[in-house]
Amino acid sequence: MWAVLLIPFIGLLWVPFYNFSEPSLLGFPFFYWYQFAWVPITSLLIWLVYRNRTPDQSGE
Amino acid sequence: MAGIEWVAFSVFIFFFALVTVMGFFAARWKSGPVSEHLDEWGLGGRQFGTWITWFLIGGDFYTAYTVIAVPALVYAVGAYGFFALPYTVIVYPFVFAVMPMLWKVAHKNGYVTAADVVHGTYNSRALELAVALTGMVATMPYIALQLIGMGVVIKAMGLTGEWPIIAAFIILALYTYSSGLRAPALIAFVKDIMIYIVVLVAVVVVPYRLGGYGAVFSAANDAFTAKGGATGLTLKPGQLLAYATLALGSALAAFMYPHTLTGVFASKSADTIRKNAILLPAYTLLLGLIALLGYMAYAAHLKLGSPNDAVPVLFQTLFPSWFAGFAFAAIAIGALVPAAVMSIGAANLFTRNVWKSYVDPAITHAGEAAVAKITSLVVKVGALAFILFLPTQYALDLQLLGGLWILQTFPALVFGLFTRWFRAEGLLLGWAAGIGWGTWTAWSNGMKPLASLALGGDSYTFFVGLGALILNIAVAAVVTVIVQMILPEEKGATARS
Repeated sequence: MWAVLLIPFIGLLWVPFYNFSEPSLLGFPFFYWYQFAWVPITSLLIWLVYRNRTPDQSGE
Repeated sequence: MAGIEWVAFSVFIFFFALVTVMGFFAARWKSGPVSEHLDEWGLGGRQFGTWITWFLIGGDFYTAYTVIAVPALVYAVGAYGFFALPYTVIVYPFVFAVMPMLWKVAHKNGYVTAADVVHGTYNSRALELAVALTGMVATMPYIALQLIGMGVVIKAMGLTGEWPIIAAFIILALYTYSSGLRAPALIAFVKDIMIYIVVLVAVVVVPYRLGGYGAVFSAANDAFTAKGGATGLTLKPGQLLAYATLALGSALAAFMYPHTLTGVFASKSADTIRKNAILLPAYTLLLGLIALLGYMAYAAHLKLGSPNDAVPVLFQTLFPSWFAGFAFAAIAIGALVPAAVMSIGAANLFTRNVWKSYVDPAITHAGEAAVAKITSLVVKVGALAFILFLPTQYALDLQLLGGLWILQTFPALVFGLFTRWFRAEGLLLGWAAGIGWGTWTAWSNGMKPLASLALGGDSYTFFVGLGALILNIAVAAVVTVIVQMILPEEKGATARS
């Protein structure tokens, strides 16, 4: 499950994935809206890992 | 600019006065004996829950200088300046995985600083001092930059001379002295809500006035096409590796700084930090939108003396005076929160890892708080003198080197959480090698954070700090192997359950 945390690193650090303008969305070139999209996706992925931790790892 | 903008200035003064009162009042908030114990003055009593921590770390990591400098860089070079967005996304999986572990170690042993953790793990005074000095030296120019950010908006309101900054900083120094971390934690609420309002209004109203986001991007594209060089709405082929390494290196460095770690150690529980790793990316959306203000400056056809003026001039041109004043107050207050937390973080390091370790090992808890309070004043006066007497460029260059330096404390602070294999000698030499090579390389490239490596006819340009970190880890590993051959019986890090 913890490997999920690596997904944003792959999505954002492999720049050839997104270094172009089309398709644009609401006027935003792909380069921009793709990176913006990773913000909620990353929150969601971290939340998934948080939800699925084994109880002994939680805590004070 | 002719004279003072009175409407903007009045709104500005109102909010500045409000946070000043809050700053002094904060000593009694979530009450604790502020001067009795460094945990109280320097960590706010280690009791901040999810929301306070969210505002505090958000207010202290996304600084006023960011609001000025990120749009300025995006205005100047385009896509390359946008690395702040991937940087502030990938930092959170890292925070989620590592910072709760660090918090547990600090909480269990009563540690206040990164250097405390390193000393506790490796029992090495030399490594502790290296980490402490790096933190203090990297923080000073960072505080100076907050002053520069504040200076830009004060100048935009038509105020001249040095006195407004001096006055603002004396007020800040006094309430930090009396309230400690509680002051920026309380002020952060006001600051962040103001910044959210300003940015949300700006990213809706400005494109509406300028013909939509399509028009904003297209105006910027035309400007970059005319300008030429390594600018544009997407990255040039030679910039890809630099973009990715800057994002990764900055993300790994971000929570090595004393001000961010102070926010982590001040939280109530490990779970508080985990929840914040999920919630803090909201600020990253904000930062990405702030970055786009740089393109809006093109769409609004602004004439700028310097890229740093992009944001203030944009607000003055497109908004009524009172809202510009509100925005400027948000930015100036946005400088106070990180400046306060940074000076507290640096003061904690000095108190715990220099004063207590070398001057007065038998110091009481109240004595620690007293030393830290005075140190925070000295740190702020030092940062102010820096801005008043040295060229601004020095602060920018040193802050850049500071990012490179603080990243070199990563192995000493983080590796010990996962493995006890590394030896203090190795980590110390690795730190020295990373700092030495990185500083020399940045210096010889004219203070640029990038280095180039030629491999098989191709040239690769990357972030110096990350290269220095790799060298650092390699040296630490080699020296650890050698030391283990000479002194096999000792364990690297001390045992910990």
